[in-house]
Amino acid sequence: MSKMIYLPNVATLQLSRETCIGCGTCLTVCPHGVLELADKKARIAVLDACMECGACATNCPVAAITVASGVGCAQAVINTLLRGRPPADSCC
Amino acid sequence: MSFTVEPGLYGVSQPDAEAPVLVTANYKLSFDHLRRHLHTTAAWIVVLETHGINVWCAAGKGTFGTSELCRQLATAGLDKLVRHRQIIVPQLGAPGVAAHEVRRCSGFRVVYGPVLAKDLPAFLAAGQQATPAMRTKTFPLAERAILIPVELLIAMKWGLLLSVVLFLLGGLARPLSAFWTNAVSRGSWWVLALWSGIVGGAVLTPLLLPVLPGRAFSVKGLAAGAVMALVFAGAQAGLATIPFSWAESAGMLLLIAAIASFLGLEFTGASTYTSLSGVKKEMRLALPAQIGGGLIAVVLLAIGGILR
Repeated sequence: MSKMIYLPNVATLQLSRETCIGCGTCLTVCPHGVLELADKKARIAVLDACMECGACATNCPVAAITVASGVGCAQAVINTLLRGRPPADSCC
Repeated sequence: MSFTVEPGLYGVSQPDAEAPVLVTANYKLSFDHLRRHLHTTAAWIVVLETHGINVWCAAGKGTFGTSELCRQLATAGLDKLVRHRQIIVPQLGAPGVAAHEVRRCSGFRVVYGPVLAKDLPAFLAAGQQATPAMRTKTFPLAERAILIPVELLIAMKWGLLLSVVLFLLGGLARPLSAFWTNAVSRGSWWVLALWSGIVGGAVLTPLLLPVLPGRAFSVKGLAAGAVMALVFAGAQAGLATIPFSWAESAGMLLLIAAIASFLGLEFTGASTYTSLSGVKKEMRLALPAQIGGGLIAVVLLAIGGILR
């Protein structure tokens, strides 16, 4: 099974190496191996593998990571376009 | 039939003060799945109120989250039940759970467990250590295939309505006195084209996802639609009882392509690796093309089939 990867260069993931304390929690929680440790600090290894789930940003104790996470599905975006806001239960 | 379990504290296989504490959502499938994969391991299970939604979806929404976890830990009085101070949260709960904040509110340290419950026994046996494979969310064939029924159900909601509309529209070809004959000999092929598109987008796309061309799901859906279009054209050439004009044939193939591409795009919602930013970018181009393609297809069907 080939590695499944989505569109190139769209993920909004950003990491500040100055703020990073190298705790490694972001690496632990990422389900797609987007981040890696280098010189005792985290950095983005494979940006295109990022699905913007927000696990890393939520768990960074020093808020070194930002990402625009949201309901990542076409139907939810369509619902928002049609109704002006995501419905209470945006699951289809 | 209810698919939720009551939130709160549970124990499996008679846990004692040293047993691990696991956390899950109050979706029945999540709860039963966790219990099954624990086999005979004794454990405490804290069930969060996620309104019947599974861990990963609920984490994305925030209901499987820090405040709910803090609340349930306080209610359960875990500090009086276990000697250790660790709770194991499934890794896919991480989008909603801030481990450092849970430490502050409860005194318990969050250890992230493996992605899959089936890896829990090995994880626990290794002293709560996960391998890189345990920390990776894959999307293998079995997991893609199991989504097909729900994708078909979603497509069927408007698919059945459109089928009736297309069938009746086919009857409008001249002479109108032969309405029902035309509906069967012409309209049924239009309906078959519709369903070829649905099969392309809702069945082939999930099954063949990694081998379909392109990274965008609308492109993969389009490719699957092209396969179905070939099959359809072949069937039509062999089995049609009436001749179809070029416009009509083009309309049917375009319909297959547009629908398969749209349903391929819809599959992003069920996938495990698409980003919201990517989906938005894809939609900006794909949605107008799919809607436009569908409309042109209907116009071609009308020109070729009805207005001749």
